[in-house]
Amino acid sequence: MESSPEPLLSLRNINMTFGGVKALKNVSFDVLPGEVHCLAGENGSGKSTLIKIITGVYRPQPGAVIEYDGQAYSHMSPVTAQSSGIQVIWQDLALFPEMTVAENIAFQTVLGRWPRLVNYNSLRKTAARALARLGVKLDVDLPLKDYPIAQRQIVAIARALVGEAKLVFMDEPTASLTQSETDHLLEIVRTLSTSGVAVVFVSHRLAEVLEISTRLTVLRDGALVGVYPTSGMTQSRITELMTGKTFDQTIRARDVSGNPVVLEVEGLSRPGQFEDISFTVRRGETLGITGLLGAGRTELALSLFGMLKPRSGAIRLEGKPMHFSSNRDAVAAGVAYLSEDRLSLGLIQPQSIADNLVIASLDRIISRGLLSDSRKRDLVAQWIADLGVKIGKQDDAISTLSGGNQQRVAIAKWLATDPRLLILDAPTVGVDVGARAGIFDIVAKLADSGLAIILISDEVPEVYFHADRVLHMAKGRIANWFTPRDCQLQDIEAAVYA
Amino acid sequence: MTAIVNRTRALLGPEMAGPGFALLAVLIFFGLGSPQFLSRATFGSVAFQLPELGLLTLAMLLPVLTGGLNLAITFTANIAGLTLAWVLQQNGGVDAGPVAFLLGSLLAIGAGALSGVVMGLVIAYTRAHPILVSLSMMIFLRGLGEFLTRGGDVSGFPSFLQPLGHGSILGFPVPLIVFIGCVAIWHLLLTRMKLGFNTYMIGSNIEAVRYSGINTRKVLVLVYTLSGAMCAVAGIVMLARFNSVRVGHGESYLLITVLACFLGGVNPFGGFGRVIPVFVALVVLQLLASGLNLMGANQHLATAVWGILLIAVMILRFAAGRIKFLKRKKG
Repeated sequence: MESSPEPLLSLRNINMTFGGVKALKNVSFDVLPGEVHCLAGENGSGKSTLIKIITGVYRPQPGAVIEYDGQAYSHMSPVTAQSSGIQVIWQDLALFPEMTVAENIAFQTVLGRWPRLVNYNSLRKTAARALARLGVKLDVDLPLKDYPIAQRQIVAIARALVGEAKLVFMDEPTASLTQSETDHLLEIVRTLSTSGVAVVFVSHRLAEVLEISTRLTVLRDGALVGVYPTSGMTQSRITELMTGKTFDQTIRARDVSGNPVVLEVEGLSRPGQFEDISFTVRRGETLGITGLLGAGRTELALSLFGMLKPRSGAIRLEGKPMHFSSNRDAVAAGVAYLSEDRLSLGLIQPQSIADNLVIASLDRIISRGLLSDSRKRDLVAQWIADLGVKIGKQDDAISTLSGGNQQRVAIAKWLATDPRLLILDAPTVGVDVGARAGIFDIVAKLADSGLAIILISDEVPEVYFHADRVLHMAKGRIANWFTPRDCQLQDIEAAVYA
Repeated sequence: MTAIVNRTRALLGPEMAGPGFALLAVLIFFGLGSPQFLSRATFGSVAFQLPELGLLTLAMLLPVLTGGLNLAITFTANIAGLTLAWVLQQNGGVDAGPVAFLLGSLLAIGAGALSGVVMGLVIAYTRAHPILVSLSMMIFLRGLGEFLTRGGDVSGFPSFLQPLGHGSILGFPVPLIVFIGCVAIWHLLLTRMKLGFNTYMIGSNIEAVRYSGINTRKVLVLVYTLSGAMCAVAGIVMLARFNSVRVGHGESYLLITVLACFLGGVNPFGGFGRVIPVFVALVVLQLLASGLNLMGANQHLATAVWGILLIAVMILRFAAGRIKFLKRKKG
């Protein structure tokens, strides 16, 4: 082994228990100065706990050794962590939307000083300097809420720099960014890294992990799986490390061109969002639609679901032309749409599992003109069993379920309406890697039973492995058609990310 | 046996704990404090006073469950009362017949529902906040009512209306029977009908409900329409009880209805709450007022005690939640 530089941060023997559950088991973790390091693991693997120990939010159990910048600590405190240059950019950013960019970036510099007056000139200068270091131009006098999420992220990074950061943690920083915004953010991370700041990147988007980081630490169930160089790593290898399972990624695509057509879309346009879209979906077929964020995929889906009105073109279901004036018409005609935003549009989080499951098919649980509680329970129990959802009680709030189980309930909610066409918009968002396979098993079974399915995803491998045909959308138009049996995954990825 | 227990528990639900506890506390406190408290007279006075506040609370409950509010309830009741009074006067005043009363009541309920339809349409289509919309409606109705009555009383109604305000059937006051009938209808609506189901769902997340293929605008319009119609029922009962209509009558009930909902375990942000606990909460409030009255306390003091009771319930609820949380953490 060649001699590596002294680590900036070195953790040994970290243990942490919450209420009898071991959250971290004898974990060690190193960060080298100026490197981009990725911390990967499924939800609940201990990533956040580890970050909170490093930043002093939690105290590890006795026996832990933390060495940072040449000094040893038994535990950190938030004050020492901050003053010695450890900064975290949480997923929710923790910014003040009503205050100006300058105030957001530099407010820490005026905290606790005497006299307790704020010098706005120096505040502005400090903020401008931090932004210049990132190579970004923003009007520091505008309130933060005037800027979109991507710029707010940059403000959060600039704030970290004002604190003379040596080590910056970023928790899922790209979760709500578009592709070009993500590219810009990755560029900034590289700038930081070359200026000597170490960045630890927590992301479940594996493509970014491979692109940006030089080393990778994988956690699973609170234990360290290993530390790996990212060169030579593949996405599927990382998935295996994170879940401890191997996934046989075989192409599912079949030839269903003999089946009758369920949905026929011809020249569908909604200017500014999508134009001249034509395709068919047959019984038992899974049509994959992929493309970058902003390619018009969701808008197209919402038009098929009657929630947006296309300007021109035709939608035909089993040969009959459809003119939906709302999604109620679409549901009645047998179209179901699983929203990409399960938290705020797909399910009603505070309400019960049972009520979420029956909301779209209340007519099925009516007896003698009134809703029947026993019919509801039977219907729910049947779907819970059919889709293998793990629940406690039917009356528990849906928010108590894991992402994968929530998604199964969301799918059951639509299957209960007895649809002919099921549109799945990003069905694995917020679902652990290990639980995704279960979702796709269900999708495959549904297709085999004759349902026509549109599978929308911005993760190319998902459509490549699970769809019969793949439609690539770019800037609102159909860019390419792929048949997974006749092409390589790389072909589609090259086209999408070109 | 356990089936019965379970059924009762399902009927009452966890929201019952607060008002149930308060009911017990009030009964014990005044039962020990005043020998006349546990008597027919007390329950008689409660039974006659309960319905006005109760009917208005039912009118408030539906919008609150959707995460909204209807601040126009008392003036909607007044306008409905005026509508009935107008029909009676057009048909001979003191000599008006039952047909005129029936027609007037229908028109009154129509007027109440109309105020609800307008609010519901504005709220559903402009997405303006229900507080602002219903506040505007309240100011409009107050102005309209004061203009029509010149701020005075309207009276002179046929004598057969007396029993509706003061009479009893088999020992049960007629207003109480009307109120309990309305409680039953609301209970059925909220537990067994699609509209009720969707009312709860909208209270938690209206966009997710819309994405589920539900006509959320229709639900909102119906909720405010029913709220307005219930106000009209309250207005008719008030007309019979006071034998007159005056704009501004019952105005002080407005905020009490909101608090009665919360005392009955309704979530102030919508989505959760049941009719029966709200009913019990109303009984508690009336018993408290009557008990204090019996002990010779000033009527205004009773209102003050209501306020203290509600604050105490919030604190107790917090404490109960805290204890549950700590227990779970230990276990």
